[in-house]
Amino acid sequence: MSQLRVELPGLSMKNPVMPASGCFGFGQEYGRFYDLNQLGGITVKAVTTEERPGNPTPRVAEVDGGMLNAIGLQNPGLEHVTQHELPWLEKYDIPVMVNVAGFVMEDYIHVSKHLSKVKNVSAIELNISCPNVKVGGIQFGSDPEVAAELTRRVKEVATVPVYVKLSPNVTNIVDMAKAVESAGADGLSMINTLVGMKIDVKTGKPVIANKTGGLSGPAIKPVAIRMIHDVSQAVKIPIIGMGGIHTADDILEFFMAGASAVAVGTANFVDPFACPNLISDLEVRMNELGIEDINDIVGRSWGKCNDVLSSSR
Amino acid sequence: MIVENLTVTAQEQLTSNVFKMKLTGDSVAEMTDPGQFVHMKVSNGIDPLLRRPISICDVDLNAKELTIIYRVEGKGTKILSERNDKETINVLGPLGNGFPTDHLHEGDVALLVGGGVGVPPLYYLAKKLVEKGVRLKVILGFRTANDVFLEEEFNEIADVTVTTEDGSKGIKGYVTDAIMQIEEVYQSYFTCGPTPMLRAVQQTAKSDGFVSLEERMGCGVGACLACVCDVAEEYIADGRKYRKACSDGPVFRAGEVLI
Repeated sequence: MSQLRVELPGLSMKNPVMPASGCFGFGQEYGRFYDLNQLGGITVKAVTTEERPGNPTPRVAEVDGGMLNAIGLQNPGLEHVTQHELPWLEKYDIPVMVNVAGFVMEDYIHVSKHLSKVKNVSAIELNISCPNVKVGGIQFGSDPEVAAELTRRVKEVATVPVYVKLSPNVTNIVDMAKAVESAGADGLSMINTLVGMKIDVKTGKPVIANKTGGLSGPAIKPVAIRMIHDVSQAVKIPIIGMGGIHTADDILEFFMAGASAVAVGTANFVDPFACPNLISDLEVRMNELGIEDINDIVGRSWGKCNDVLSSSR
Repeated sequence: MIVENLTVTAQEQLTSNVFKMKLTGDSVAEMTDPGQFVHMKVSNGIDPLLRRPISICDVDLNAKELTIIYRVEGKGTKILSERNDKETINVLGPLGNGFPTDHLHEGDVALLVGGGVGVPPLYYLAKKLVEKGVRLKVILGFRTANDVFLEEEFNEIADVTVTTEDGSKGIKGYVTDAIMQIEEVYQSYFTCGPTPMLRAVQQTAKSDGFVSLEERMGCGVGACLACVCDVAEEYIADGRKYRKACSDGPVFRAGEVLI
């Protein structure tokens, strides 16, 4: 029996798989398909202070190996989420991480402070990297000093662990990671989507109304793996890895790159049972490869070389 | 809502780019509401990655056989058109809310207006309404005579008028030209087709009605918020200013969503 349990700040997970923010609503849609208690945890959709209507449609476009989206952080706002969405999740015995977004620093602080008081919120994920929202000149996700300042100020008010979701749309993601770590981040989520565009050759115009959208899906996995490989060697805080996870082997790859848990996004759209299927496949695959404890392979790609694969190959 | 590998039992080309496929499996027994759709993974693997939402055209509940009619538009539907008998296709569904029919009774008259690949979901609806004793006026709009499909099937159960844009069959013009020629009173209408047509039907029809939307979708189950539509002022009762085409629709009361 392989050991799947992972322990991260605020997130005690019986297996390392959680749905990624924005790909699972607030859980209710997928709760109709299976018992959410099967999940290691859940990350719910980005929450802002006020309700947000999101971007005009079309908001998604399929591309080779992935999809572009520009939903625009549509959500019913902090009050509705705390009164209606989060209480629904109380019946599940899994950690809940809430993604927090904003336009000015005060938004993040306000939302984080209030969400900390909600009893089933286990951790906060600071969304400093949504590519689909224009932020009046302030680049939370691409300026290390601004990201660190935001992390520090949220940490002052948050009473649950704070994860910072990093953008891959930066020159040096290691600098971003180190900056938010030194500002007190308890963990990292990486990566968010890569900014992309698709043009309709019949109209000559971008397919997505927002013009650009965030690329997700299997196409971005190698980028995520490389970034986690680099960042995990430069920081001590744990990383929740995400970006195109589609198979159990993808999960193992993320762990070997340096992740301590994973989040599954676009795959939920392809198959509503993606997460529970990945969890059971992971166990099978670990047995095949002779991996007894998922924690043993964290950072295997750069860490000490105990040949975990030798027993089965 | 079930995910099941359905087995293809028939594949037939109806026009230059419209195909009819039949599939069988246990989940077909759940497909009882006309207007619902299925979300199809046209091939295994990641190319193409996402599912394709296809409306339910007809269901034989006893034989557990689903009929879909779809237009080849891109890579996904092209692959679907090349799938053969006995192959399986992963199908999620039935999804969404279909056409309500409880408000119609025996002897009532209903108007059904379909355009292009918006025609198929109206066929299952027509059969259900005929079973109830509702009389139907059916208007089917196509571009040319070569694009016409399902006319014979509708003819067997209802009074059908075909319109073509070039006049090569039936009334020359749009479905609205045929609607304006109806003298009889109808209690309700149901329409599915391209958005400009839906808008025109809403303005032309002389009763309350229901429209079925075709939107670009992601998950198909209400989670990703790709297919949202704005709600008309008077329907913002619960404070929610949008509807999801996939899980709140695809059928809406005429006027409920802004199209």
